[in-house]
Amino acid sequence: MAAEEIRLAVDIGGTFTDVALEIGGAFHTAKTLTTPEAPEHGVLQGVREVLQRAGVQPQAVTTVIYGTTLATNLLIEQKGSATALVTTEGFRDVIEMRNENRYEQYDLDIDLPTPLVPRRLRLPVRERLNARGEVLLPLAEADVAALIPRLRSQAVRSVAIGFLHSYMNAAHEEQARDILLAALPDLEVTLSSEVSPEMREYERISTACANAYVQPLMSRHLRGLQQQLADAGLRCPLYLMLSGGGITTLETAVRFPVRLVESGPAGGAIFASHVARQLGLDAVLSYDMGGTTAKICLIDDGAPQTSRSFEVARVYRFLQGSGIPLRIPVIQMVEIGAGGGSIATLDALGRVAVGPESAGSEPGPACYDRGGEHPTVTDADVVLGRIDPQQFAGGRIVLDHDKAADALLHGVGKRLDLDAGGAALGVSEIVDENMANASRVHAIESGRIVENRTLIAFGGAAPLHAARLAEKLNVRRVVIPPEAGVGSAIGFLRAPVSYEVTRSFYQRVTSLDVGAANALLDAMRAEALAVVEAGAAGRPLSETRTAFMRYVGQGHEVGVELPVRIHTPRLEPNAPAVLLAAFEGEYRRLYERSIPYLEVEILTWVLLVSTADEAPAPVVEPAQAVAVPPSGGQRRIVDTVTGEPLTAPVYQRRDLPPGAQLTGPAVIVEDDTATVVSSRFRAQVHPLNYLVLEHLAPQDAVDRH
Amino acid sequence: MSNTASLSTIHQHIMWNRLISVVEEQAQTLVRTAFSTSVREAGDLAAGVFDRQGRMLAQAVTGTPGHINSMAEGVGHFIAKHPVDTMEPGDVFITNDPWFTSGHLHDITVVTPTFYRDRLVGLFANTCHVVDIGGRGFGPDARQVFEEGVTIPILHLFRRGAPNATLLDLIRANVREPQQVVGDIFSFAAANDTGAHRLQSMMAEFDIEQLDDLAEFIFENSRQATIERIRAIKPGTYCNELTMDGYDEPVTLRAALTVGNGGIHVDYAGTSPVSSHGINVVLNYTKAYTCFGVKCAVAPDIPNNYGSLLPITFSAPEGCILNAPRPCAVAARHIIGHLLPDTVLGCLHQVLPGGVQAEGSASLWNIQLRGGSSVSPGHGYTGERPAFEMLHFNSGGSGARPRKDGMSATAFPSGVRGMPVEANEAITPVIFWRKEFREDSGGAGAQRGGLGQVIEIGGADGMPFDVLAMFERVDNAPRGRNDGGDGATGRVTLASGAALRPKGQQTIPPHGRLRLEMAGGGGFGHPHDRPAERVAEDVRNGIVSVSSARTRYGVALDADGCVDDAATAALRRCADSEQDLGTRLKHKDTLR
Repeated sequence: MAAEEIRLAVDIGGTFTDVALEIGGAFHTAKTLTTPEAPEHGVLQGVREVLQRAGVQPQAVTTVIYGTTLATNLLIEQKGSATALVTTEGFRDVIEMRNENRYEQYDLDIDLPTPLVPRRLRLPVRERLNARGEVLLPLAEADVAALIPRLRSQAVRSVAIGFLHSYMNAAHEEQARDILLAALPDLEVTLSSEVSPEMREYERISTACANAYVQPLMSRHLRGLQQQLADAGLRCPLYLMLSGGGITTLETAVRFPVRLVESGPAGGAIFASHVARQLGLDAVLSYDMGGTTAKICLIDDGAPQTSRSFEVARVYRFLQGSGIPLRIPVIQMVEIGAGGGSIATLDALGRVAVGPESAGSEPGPACYDRGGEHPTVTDADVVLGRIDPQQFAGGRIVLDHDKAADALLHGVGKRLDLDAGGAALGVSEIVDENMANASRVHAIESGRIVENRTLIAFGGAAPLHAARLAEKLNVRRVVIPPEAGVGSAIGFLRAPVSYEVTRSFYQRVTSLDVGAANALLDAMRAEALAVVEAGAAGRPLSETRTAFMRYVGQGHEVGVELPVRIHTPRLEPNAPAVLLAAFEGEYRRLYERSIPYLEVEILTWVLLVSTADEAPAPVVEPAQAVAVPPSGGQRRIVDTVTGEPLTAPVYQRRDLPPGAQLTGPAVIVEDDTATVVSSRFRAQVHPLNYLVLEHLAPQDAVDRH
Repeated sequence: MSNTASLSTIHQHIMWNRLISVVEEQAQTLVRTAFSTSVREAGDLAAGVFDRQGRMLAQAVTGTPGHINSMAEGVGHFIAKHPVDTMEPGDVFITNDPWFTSGHLHDITVVTPTFYRDRLVGLFANTCHVVDIGGRGFGPDARQVFEEGVTIPILHLFRRGAPNATLLDLIRANVREPQQVVGDIFSFAAANDTGAHRLQSMMAEFDIEQLDDLAEFIFENSRQATIERIRAIKPGTYCNELTMDGYDEPVTLRAALTVGNGGIHVDYAGTSPVSSHGINVVLNYTKAYTCFGVKCAVAPDIPNNYGSLLPITFSAPEGCILNAPRPCAVAARHIIGHLLPDTVLGCLHQVLPGGVQAEGSASLWNIQLRGGSSVSPGHGYTGERPAFEMLHFNSGGSGARPRKDGMSATAFPSGVRGMPVEANEAITPVIFWRKEFREDSGGAGAQRGGLGQVIEIGGADGMPFDVLAMFERVDNAPRGRNDGGDGATGRVTLASGAALRPKGQQTIPPHGRLRLEMAGGGGFGHPHDRPAERVAEDVRNGIVSVSSARTRYGVALDADGCVDDAATAALRRCADSEQDLGTRLKHKDTLR
């Protein structure tokens, strides 16, 4: 990075807007309250604050990177624009029929997700392609033209066009778009073949509808923000953080705003990936726990696991199937209702249950003393001695220990014959168990394991629970990075300029049409390059190509990286043999066996172009060990494994120099959080100020008293 | 309580949670590695962990009730034949015997004992629907189980780690898709291994030698919690009767549900005798859907396991269609089995405050197609006719709930998912010409029944093909409750209009299209109690026709589709005076 580069990242979250400014390797950060009615206000306030603190003129900033939950919120709150769907006759209910499943077996009273486009605006026209993209019925242009008065009278701002098999042949969708735009030039139009050109009509058309639904407001918001930043003197390029972990230009973001969904958590995963690369860690579990949810992501070889599908706006306890599916490039993570504000109750069987309901910031946990009566995870952390009521949020909020204890006793303890401490222990253990279970199931869904990874913990609540979570997962090492409170925004600064293009193109591997595949990949490459070069400022680019393959008859594909790069962009005639071997290798890695005699098919091709990683970060040797005296007195904490109270010394993180080493039990406090070092861990400060916790017991010992 | 004691209580809660997570990992492994569309796309599977006595400790959330609860019964049969003391590490057992597990040959159950510190501590099992099992295949036409495919008795699939090659050869030789079926069987065994590894590490972490104490804790808590729920219900016997289409003659399902003594017993005496075709139900499957129906209404939030199922019992006379003896044909047993929750809910509706949901389409409309020149007569078709087999799960409407509309084209009670049309067309030479909601099929009511759907399928290039029809609710509509109207009955025709039989293998001629119109759910509460604005919205959305709005809901709309208040009031007043207001008021009370 050139020395004169000054980069600014802004992450609008549900509660806080985080701003991080990087200048010459140093960070300046600010947190302001999000202003939901006009998010630009919070942004500008935070930007001004951080520029002032850094003593930087707005004109000196070279890049702004912006991530927002606005698109997500529009989908969750169903506050997008009036949207219509033009679709193949006979299939107007695809988005409401979903997969005909109840996401919860036993509850007779569930609500299915409300479709973003009501049935009266799902408009069928005659046309039909087959699975090879051949025309069975030509598009009835008159049917499309006949929709125009209807779109006008219903004040439709945005239209999604989604025809069957358009991922094979976009001609009908393009033809329909041209007819509509000729009559309604101000209409915003999303083609399913552009936003998500993949097989499976529900996911593709749902994605197109979501894109169309948020497009008018997102476009206005993003262009408005750019203008206001410019008015404030920031005339540098504005980039947008994408859910897939890259950043892109404003023009691309306005075209595909659905790709901005969940960009904040993506930034967090990029942040953890960067930490992993700096520390030379090849198997990482990133763990981001805030007020409402915990997000867990697997990071292998310094790159987060990615996926092509995501579900937004789940209406029922974060349950899979209760939301709207989006088929877009995303960083794959699991999000569960486990945060500091998660409410603890007893379930029908008198068992302790935590979340997903959250006390939020209003009224907040009982210990906030703002009227919250339900016990929360934060209340348990207070009673267990992990949070010092006087020191919470750098002492800005004084917590009420007795309120926390009362809530735990009444909400949980009494019926189980437990005192407040026992109840707190139960709440803490259950929430940690929930996160551990979610991590394991998440890993198995992608054929991976969590054991022996390194946990990278950030977000306000994570360092309090990280050591215990690590024990439950049989993870030996935990890293708590500095600046963990604004991890997502810092992740934005680390994200490459990138763009991913996806196409369905069905091929049997043995009869692969190498020429057609090369033509397809060339076209995909051209599309991705055009987007990335616009923002890459001449930086070198890298390219990854992946084929999603499976045995004929299977339902889940395995991503296999193609052995071709930007400099050798073509598949060779021996591609079938090469691809088959690569597939079988990957399949064996995932499932410990391959299956002889079965044919292999390719469904989807994915091509990613991105600015090349900065030179791999150095793996810095640990600093010379230094013993340090406690700088913050002592505190009584409860050990979660034994249930016994212990006296733990307290350290101020800012007082710990690189190399500082200490053995648990201990608590290391900083402004936004505190790290609990249990008696089975040793902590050391890395030269880059990472706090690294190592488990003391031998690898396979069962750590019990 | 001391901290150590409180910790041990909490540990039991945690281990219980952990078991549920362990079996979910087992199920996810199945979904990812299985070949059969029904497992991987549709989730037609069950996975669970059992104690040494074969009692189910936990089941995966992913899965379908018919499999889960009948697998729960099935493990006992494995232990009866191979006592746990004779099982060895590396042993894996298999069967698809309908009478031991889930009622038809297509479902294979694989059971794996788990050892910890050299002792058998528990068993993992899963039950999954494979793509083919030979014989006539997945349809109702057989008259004996022998015609329906190959039966695998309870056998070793692996003995001390070595596969049973003879058995695998036999299976390969008897099914249409040998590689996929055998591939599936291996993935079932691998999924159990995933569960076993997890269980072993949990036992190490909590330093326990056996699961017996945990099992007692789970069973006793679940049983007590279920009993508490049942005690809250007014004791008595509540009867209900449902008439189904059957294969060639109507089938009556009769239930007397007795609440009392901390339990619920369902007696199916008076139910029709077995059918001469493959729609018969074995006891395990009857139990599965009976318990599911009771549990949904009475104790939906209590985890499903041996203990929570104990207080729910049933009886069905041998020889009735719900207790079919060998060698009755059973392949399409879901047709009848899926009706059992509605049968049971109809009893509970009489006693549960507020009532329960109306009847729905219930039985899945599984479209099993078969093509190729050895299958269907050509009727002069000269094009190419590749052999193919296709299974597509589809659902009609579910019944209206006391406070919510029914769900449209959504499976209940089955837990399976539908499959994408595009994915099917990519691998099968057929074209779906239509798949959308069926207007006016939801039963009218204060809460409207869910809509059925219409599907039209033709052969690619007009190729003829066969349908193995097994479609229910064509003669007998899903009934509404509390003056709610019935859902529309199903229809099975050619697109040209010619009627087809709802059950049995038939040929769709060249250039013909199969048209399936699935039943809608029944309505709940009198249609005149539905706010007129909601009816108008349904009309705008093409869910209810203008004429139905008028005739069934008593709602008049003006030219712009807005409610004509005066005309609506007149319509509703006029109709109300003609009927017994007393009944309606009574039902309105139960709604509150």
